[in-house]
Amino acid sequence: MSALETRTDAQAAIAAATRPRRWGFWYVAEHRFRVMRSYTGTVVVAGIGSPVLYLYALGVGLATIVDASGTTIGGVSYLVFVAPALLASAGITAATEEFSYPVFLGYKWNPTFTGIHSSPITPHQIVDGVIVSVVVRLTVNMVLFYLLMLVFGAVPSATGFLAILAGLLGGLAFGTMLMSYTSTLEDDTGQIAMVMRFIVLPMTLFSGTFFPLAQFPLWLQWIGWISPLWHSTELARVATYGYAEPVWLTAVHVLVLVGLAVFGWVLSRRIAVRRLEK
Amino acid sequence: MSAPVRQESLSSAPGRRGVGSLYAGNARSVMLRGWEATRSTNWLVILSGLFEPVFYLLALGVGLGALVGRVTTTTGEQVSYAAFIAPALLAVAAMNGAVYDSTWNVFFKMRFARLYEGMLSTSLGPLDVATGEILLALARGALYAIGFLIVMQVLGLNLSWWALLALPAVLMIAFGFASVGMAVTSYMKTFQQMDWITFLMLPMFLFSATFYPLSVYPEWIQHVIQALPLWHGVEIVRALTTGAVDVGILWHGLYYAVMIVLGLVFTTRRLRVLFLD
Amino acid sequence: MPEPVIVARDLVKTYGELSAVDGISFEVAAGESFGLLGPNGAGKSTTMRMVGAVSTRTSGELSILGLDPDGSGPEIRSQLGVVPQADNLDTELRVRENLLVYGRYFGLPRRQVAARADELLAFAQLEDKGKAKVDALSGGMKRRLTIARALINDPRILLLDEPTTGLDPQARHVLWDRLFRLKEQGTTLLLTRHYMDEAEQLCDRLVVVDKGVIMAEGTPAELIRRYSTREVLEVRFGSDRNAAVAEQLHGIGERVEVLPDRILVYTDSGEADLVRITEAGLRPVTSLVRRSSLEDVFLRLTGRSLIE
Repeated sequence: MSALETRTDAQAAIAAATRPRRWGFWYVAEHRFRVMRSYTGTVVVAGIGSPVLYLYALGVGLATIVDASGTTIGGVSYLVFVAPALLASAGITAATEEFSYPVFLGYKWNPTFTGIHSSPITPHQIVDGVIVSVVVRLTVNMVLFYLLMLVFGAVPSATGFLAILAGLLGGLAFGTMLMSYTSTLEDDTGQIAMVMRFIVLPMTLFSGTFFPLAQFPLWLQWIGWISPLWHSTELARVATYGYAEPVWLTAVHVLVLVGLAVFGWVLSRRIAVRRLEK
Repeated sequence: MSAPVRQESLSSAPGRRGVGSLYAGNARSVMLRGWEATRSTNWLVILSGLFEPVFYLLALGVGLGALVGRVTTTTGEQVSYAAFIAPALLAVAAMNGAVYDSTWNVFFKMRFARLYEGMLSTSLGPLDVATGEILLALARGALYAIGFLIVMQVLGLNLSWWALLALPAVLMIAFGFASVGMAVTSYMKTFQQMDWITFLMLPMFLFSATFYPLSVYPEWIQHVIQALPLWHGVEIVRALTTGAVDVGILWHGLYYAVMIVLGLVFTTRRLRVLFLD
Repeated sequence: MPEPVIVARDLVKTYGELSAVDGISFEVAAGESFGLLGPNGAGKSTTMRMVGAVSTRTSGELSILGLDPDGSGPEIRSQLGVVPQADNLDTELRVRENLLVYGRYFGLPRRQVAARADELLAFAQLEDKGKAKVDALSGGMKRRLTIARALINDPRILLLDEPTTGLDPQARHVLWDRLFRLKEQGTTLLLTRHYMDEAEQLCDRLVVVDKGVIMAEGTPAELIRRYSTREVLEVRFGSDRNAAVAEQLHGIGERVEVLPDRILVYTDSGEADLVRITEAGLRPVTSLVRRSSLEDVFLRLTGRSLIE
C-alpha cells in the first residue's frame, strides 16, 4: 500500500460526508420525531383538549361575568379578546415542554447528543435539528388551536390564520432562549422547575393575556414589554380581530420575536459546540 | 382491611395478614429522610411553591378584578373579585401540592430512584412509607397555606374570623387528594400514564368555580363539576374566608372524609399486592 | 510498513491549567489493533476523543485517514465507529430503532439502514430483542448494542473506550469474541483498557500511557521482554510481614517488588525461586507462579499498580 491508498481513504471520507453535511439537521429532526411518536397520544389529546378547555373556561365561562359587567375591551367580546392570547400562550407552553427537559436529557441523563456527535453530525446540526422538530410540532399545535378558535367563533378577521405564525414565533423566541439555558445545566436540582415558576408562570399572567396590559400600573407593565408572550399575543390579536395598534408597534413585535429567536438559536449553537467538543 | 386478599398467599406470611405486616409505626423516619433531602437539595424550589398562588392572586385579582367588578358567591354574598378567587387559589394550591407529592414524586421514587426498595429492606413497612410521604406532603401544604393566608390578610381578603379554620380545611383537602393520588399512582406503570393525571387536573382547576361562579354553566356541566372533588374544596374554603358559613359545609367535609378513607383503603390494598405478595 | 491510518505527533490537550494529554505520538496502520494502556485519568479517553474528531486538540499534529480533524470532523467521523466508555444509547427508543436512527446520521438510505440493522442485531446476538426497550437490556446486551450501532456505517476504524468495563465474565467473553471477528475482517481497532487481560491477545501493538505521556511502545511480547521477566512469582506472607520478608529476598530473582498485599519476584523460573525461598526457611501463606503480563510492565514503568 502507498500514499495513493491514503488519498483514496480521504476521498472516500469526503464523499461519505456530503449528505450528512447537508442533511444532518434533518436526520436529527427525524430522530426527535421518532421519540415524539412515543407520546403522540398526549400531544394530540392535550393539543385538542387543552385549547377546548381553556377556550371554554375563559372564552365562555369567564366571559359571561366580564361581558355582564358591561366592560368591553377595544370593542370586542371577551372571547375574541382572550382567544388569541390563549393561542400564543399555548405556543409558549408547548415550546417550553420541548426545550426544557428533552434538551437537558440529551446532554445529560440520556446523552443522545454525545452519541449523535460521534457520527458525522456537528453540534450546530444537533441544535438545528431539535429546533426544526419543535417547529413542526408547534405548527401542528398552533393549527389545531386555530381551528378550534374558528369553531368557538373567536376569529372575526379574515387574516386570522396569521395568528398561527404569531404563536409559532412566540414559542420559538422563548423556546430557543430557554434551550440556551437548559443546554448549560450540568445537573437539575430544580432549576427547570424554578424557570417554570418564576418565568413561565408570571409571563403568562402579566403579559396582557387575560386582561389588557394597561390595567396594570406603569411600573408593572415592563414585564409585558420584555415578555415574548406579550409580543406574540399582540401580534395574534392584530391578526384575529384587527386589534388597533400603530404599524411601527406591530413591526416591533415581529422584530423582537425574530431577534430573540435568532439570538437564542445562535447562543444554543455556541453552547452546544463548547459542551460537546471540549 | 384485615381479610386475606388471596387464598394462596396465606401460607407465605402466616398470622401477619393485618395492617401490622404493612405498618411498623415508624412513619417518622420516612418524614425525616424527606425533610433532610429537601433541606439539602431543593428547599428553594419548595419555598418557591408559595409564589405560584400569589402570582395568580396579584395578576388576576388586580388586572381581571378591574374588568369584572364584584362577584356573587353561592351563598348570595357580593365580594370583590380578589376575595372571590383567593380562597379558590388556596384550595387549588392544596390540590396541586398534594397531587404532585403523592403522584409524580412517589412514582419517581418507586420506579426510578428505587428509594422504597431500600426503605422496605429495613424494618419499615409500605404503610410507614405511604403515611410518611402523605404527612410530609401535608406539612408542606400547611406551610403554603399559612403563607398564603398571611398574604390574604395583608391584602384584606379575609373577610371573617372563620378564615382561621381555612388552615385545617386546606389540610383536609390536601389529605384527600394525597390519599387518592397515592392510590392511583400505585397502579401506574409509565410516565405516559402519569401525564393523564396532569391532564385530568386541568379541567378541575379551570371549571370548579375557581375564577367565576358555577352559575354561568348549563345545568348538566354544573352537575359534573359538583361531582368532582376540587369544587367541594373551593366551596369550603370560600365559605370560611368570606364568612358565609352554614351547615351545608358539612356535606363538603363528608365528601373529603370519604375520599380520604377510600384512598387509604386502596393504597393499603395495593401496597400489599406490590410489596408483600 | 503500510501507510498509517492514524498519525499523532506531539498531541497535547489542556483544560485550563490541567494537561490531560501532554505530547503523545503514535501511528496506527490499516488493519492493525492498537491499544492504549494506562490507569484511569492517564489521558486515554481524551486521546480517543481527539482521534474521534469530537475534541479539538490544543497543539500537535493529528491526521486520521489523511484528514485533519480540525475542519474535516464530519468526513473523519463518517469512517469511524465509536464505542464510548459509558453507553449513550437512546433509552427513549427501542433497540432496533436505535440502529435505524443512527444509520441515518451517516446519510444512508432507509432501506439500506434497515437491512444493515438486522444484520447487526444478529451479529450482536440481539435478534429477538429488536422491539425491546433499551433499559430492559442487561449490561452486556447494551454494550453489544453499542458496538452494533458503531458498526452501522461499516467503519474503517473502530474506537473502543474500555469496551468491557462492568461486564460479567460471560458477557466479556462474547464481546471479545465479536471483536476478534472484526479484527479478522480487517477493521482497524483502537482500544483503551486500564487493565489489559484479554486485550493483550487482541492488540498487535500498544502504548503504555501515564499522566498524559507515553511510557513505552511495542507489541505485548516485546514490552514484556523488555520491561519484565519471563515469569513472576507471587508470594504472600500477610500484609504486616511482606515488607520485612522482602529484605531477606535479596539475590532471589532479577528484581523484587513489594506491594501492600504481596511480594512479586521477577524471575525466569518461578518454581526454582519458590524452592529457594522455602529452603531459606520462609513460609509464604500462599504462592503463585505465572507468566509476566502487561500489568507487570506497567508496574515497572510507573511504580504503580494499574488497578487500585
